[in-house]
Amino acid sequence: MTMPKREPTKLVEVPSPNKIPERDIDKTPILECQHLGIDFGGLTAVNEFNMAIGRTEITGLIGPNGAGKTTVFNLLTKVYQPTRGTILLDGIDTHNMNTVQVNKAGIARTFQNIRLFSNLTVEDNVKLGLHNHIGYGMWSGIFRLPRYWKEEKVAHERAMELLSIFEMEDLANAKAGSLPYGAQRRLEIVRALATNPSLLLLDEPAAGMTPSETAELMENIVKIRDTFQIAVLLIEHDMSLVMGICEGICVLNFGQIIAKGTPDEIKNNPQVIEAYLGTKKEG
Amino acid sequence: MKTLSPGRKRLIDNSITYGIVIAAYIILQIMNAGGHMSPSLQGLLVPICAYITMAISLNLVVGISGELSLGHAGFMSVGAFSGVVASMSLQQAIPSGSIRLAVSMVVGALCAGVAGLIVGVPVLRLRGDYLAIVTLAFGEIIKNIINVLYVGVDQNGIHFSTANEMALNLEEGGMAILKGPMGVTSNVKLSSFTAGFILVMIALVVALNLINSRSGRAIMALRDNRIAAESVGIGATKYKLMAFVTSAVMAGAAGALYAMNFSSFAAKKFDFNTSILILVFVVLGGLGNIRGSVIAAALLYVLPELLRDFYDYRMLIYAVVLILVMLATNNPTIKGFFARFFRKEKEETAKGGAAQ
Amino acid sequence: MIEKEVIVLSLLNNLINGISLGSVYAIIALGYTMVYGIAKMLNFAHGDVIMVGAYICFFATQNFGLNPVVGVILAMLVCTVLGIVIERLAYKPLRSAPSLAVLITAIGVSYFLQNSALLMWKSDPKIFPKFFSYTDAEGTVHSGITLFDGQLTITYVAIVTVAACVVIMIGLTLFTGKTKMGKAMRACSEDKSAAQLMGINVNTTISMTFAIGSALAAIAGVLLCSTYQTLMPTTGSLPGIKAFTAAVFGGIGSIPGAMLGGILLGIIEIFAKTVNTQLSDAVVFGVLIVVLLVKPTGLLGKAVREKV
Repeated sequence: MTMPKREPTKLVEVPSPNKIPERDIDKTPILECQHLGIDFGGLTAVNEFNMAIGRTEITGLIGPNGAGKTTVFNLLTKVYQPTRGTILLDGIDTHNMNTVQVNKAGIARTFQNIRLFSNLTVEDNVKLGLHNHIGYGMWSGIFRLPRYWKEEKVAHERAMELLSIFEMEDLANAKAGSLPYGAQRRLEIVRALATNPSLLLLDEPAAGMTPSETAELMENIVKIRDTFQIAVLLIEHDMSLVMGICEGICVLNFGQIIAKGTPDEIKNNPQVIEAYLGTKKEG
Repeated sequence: MKTLSPGRKRLIDNSITYGIVIAAYIILQIMNAGGHMSPSLQGLLVPICAYITMAISLNLVVGISGELSLGHAGFMSVGAFSGVVASMSLQQAIPSGSIRLAVSMVVGALCAGVAGLIVGVPVLRLRGDYLAIVTLAFGEIIKNIINVLYVGVDQNGIHFSTANEMALNLEEGGMAILKGPMGVTSNVKLSSFTAGFILVMIALVVALNLINSRSGRAIMALRDNRIAAESVGIGATKYKLMAFVTSAVMAGAAGALYAMNFSSFAAKKFDFNTSILILVFVVLGGLGNIRGSVIAAALLYVLPELLRDFYDYRMLIYAVVLILVMLATNNPTIKGFFARFFRKEKEETAKGGAAQ
Repeated sequence: MIEKEVIVLSLLNNLINGISLGSVYAIIALGYTMVYGIAKMLNFAHGDVIMVGAYICFFATQNFGLNPVVGVILAMLVCTVLGIVIERLAYKPLRSAPSLAVLITAIGVSYFLQNSALLMWKSDPKIFPKFFSYTDAEGTVHSGITLFDGQLTITYVAIVTVAACVVIMIGLTLFTGKTKMGKAMRACSEDKSAAQLMGINVNTTISMTFAIGSALAAIAGVLLCSTYQTLMPTTGSLPGIKAFTAAVFGGIGSIPGAMLGGILLGIIEIFAKTVNTQLSDAVVFGVLIVVLLVKPTGLLGKAVREKV
């Protein structure tokens, strides 16, 4: 199935402090953060984080090291509970939810420092992503009831289908921990996709990849968005990737948003340049 | 050579495990029938089955679920005493010995399962060494409580007391089953090697099938990376508890089997040292390796018996063996040496295979 | 009125006994906590080093007629060497191994020490001498200060034990805070490879930690046996487990935590014993569980946030 190529969306100012893409303006955004913030002890790690993401939009979250990008991901997935603010996922407030519930509600993520189930096989890793979509319980498993065989067969086929996105079917029986670095990053994405999310969070998906691998990854991220019709929020330092595939970009520095806009707007934003390159000395 | 699919490989692997247990049972039965077995070894058969089950059970917690438990003998204890109480009080109601043994094992398993649930809910909130110390504490508490417990039975039902035998207020014809620190003194022995074999087989089926199912995958995922597991929607509490309670249930059944092999025993039999003994079986057999647990439990339980000629030195030898095995399997230099050695051998056989 | 006085005095008596027993636990727990802090391992053989220390002191004073002080020093020396040897032979080769492997090895060492002691010194209990007592001119043995017409006794052992505990605690705090070796220890417990890059000899530092812990175990062994007066090859195991519990109770890795945990555990145990002797251990462990459930890293332990 091929999707028609869509025009890049543009972020526009709306009356609320959040930006909602023009294309999706008549729909609720898949994610909306309002005044989001967290303090660690006395230190404010993220503050006044306001952002909205359209239902099928690829958004980049960039900023210098230590700006709080991964902390935002941890807030969205409730690894940390926010000190302030609201997260609306498809219009539903997630403040009562924990990591597991947030995932069931539709957010899946990858990790900056890869977190695979390294002692298990590639296929099992994907099946773990499918965990909540496999319909049998402990007893069917222990007594090998017909349900077990039926559901495991479906899960196997689905896992292979998902692995085929990155052409990883041949690696299905390998141990996840023994894969090369790039393949581990790709497997993490497949595992996240297996949970059937409506919003996919990618934490530095291209880190450690060669330029050709990165190029391939860019195509694949777009392909994933197009086939699954989901939103993607990604943290990335590789500007070619961010500028190449993101429709909207949000720049974070010292836990605050300093700029939002399209790639072209961000490229020429003086505040962004300052954050990355430092201030020009007077005189 | 064609590479096997993981499903096929797993099937072969599991069949080997079942095969070893069945073969061992048949050989020992034949030896027994032919009178080629010393009485001391005969006496060990049931305890070996109980300890194999204990090792499988603890491996579920330590190896598969990745949580160190230092109080597993506590669940064995709960199973042992509740099983004996059940068997003794049903003496009139169920005349058949083997049915009563089965009932006592089921009761032991259920009681231990309840204990596992009570212990597991609070304990599994802790991590690592803190979890270990709390399981140790629970093991000691269970031992202490059983040590002060008096249980008796008469026509009115079961009586409990923590004071003494008199306080049970038994009517005429009643009988005290559990007498505090003295433990059980007049149990009717019902265990048999066949019963032990069946229990081991059930434990194996449950453990291996659980591991290779949706729930088992979730348990292992939580062990490998808890944060990642939660991020894909796997709740930690449910699956950690599932492993813990399943393990307690098995330990309870094993405890009942073990207890029904003796006419008298006390709570101090199931102390910290017993927990450690089972842990040693599991670690030496390989964490997460069920077949390893079975073999290690059987060999190590018999080892002190084989060293009977060196009676005074046997525990010392046991200690030295334990340390040396840990060094040999975990020190990178020594491990590397063995790995090279085996690889060479493997390569040679591979070459031989290719030449054919 | 008299009733009330009796109750208060018996409470006081229990409190003194509890603090005294708790001080012994605290000294043992310090050894556990220091080793845990630096090597991240539960040294199950620690309890048996206590037993070895007590035996050495026993034989030095009873068989060779040495002065108790010399006996204690000798015990400390032997235990120090023992601690270093155990670390070098059994634990050092496993420094990068999984923690369970090290734990099992420690259990092996514990079995080894207990069974060696059983072979060398036999299982019959030795009656440990009363070191902290004197016989006056009339031939009466004085082993403590008696107050309120004999209703309250503070034994000399108790005084010495508490004093030793306080001195050791202050000494260790100063040592880890002020000296070069102490700072090296703290550096190693934070990050071994970083410490190595800063020119700290990690092996020496770890050996030093085991040496100090084992010397403390020797002192604890002598104090413990002076209080209870029986000595067997298994003497060390239960106090070892309790002291380990105390270390966890106070927050493992923390020196003041070990001290606090030890003393609290001792007091709880003695008071529980007055209520029900058989259930006292259950009460001690019950309190531990409650504390850990409320404060999962112990009383003075620091929570470490896992980086995601």
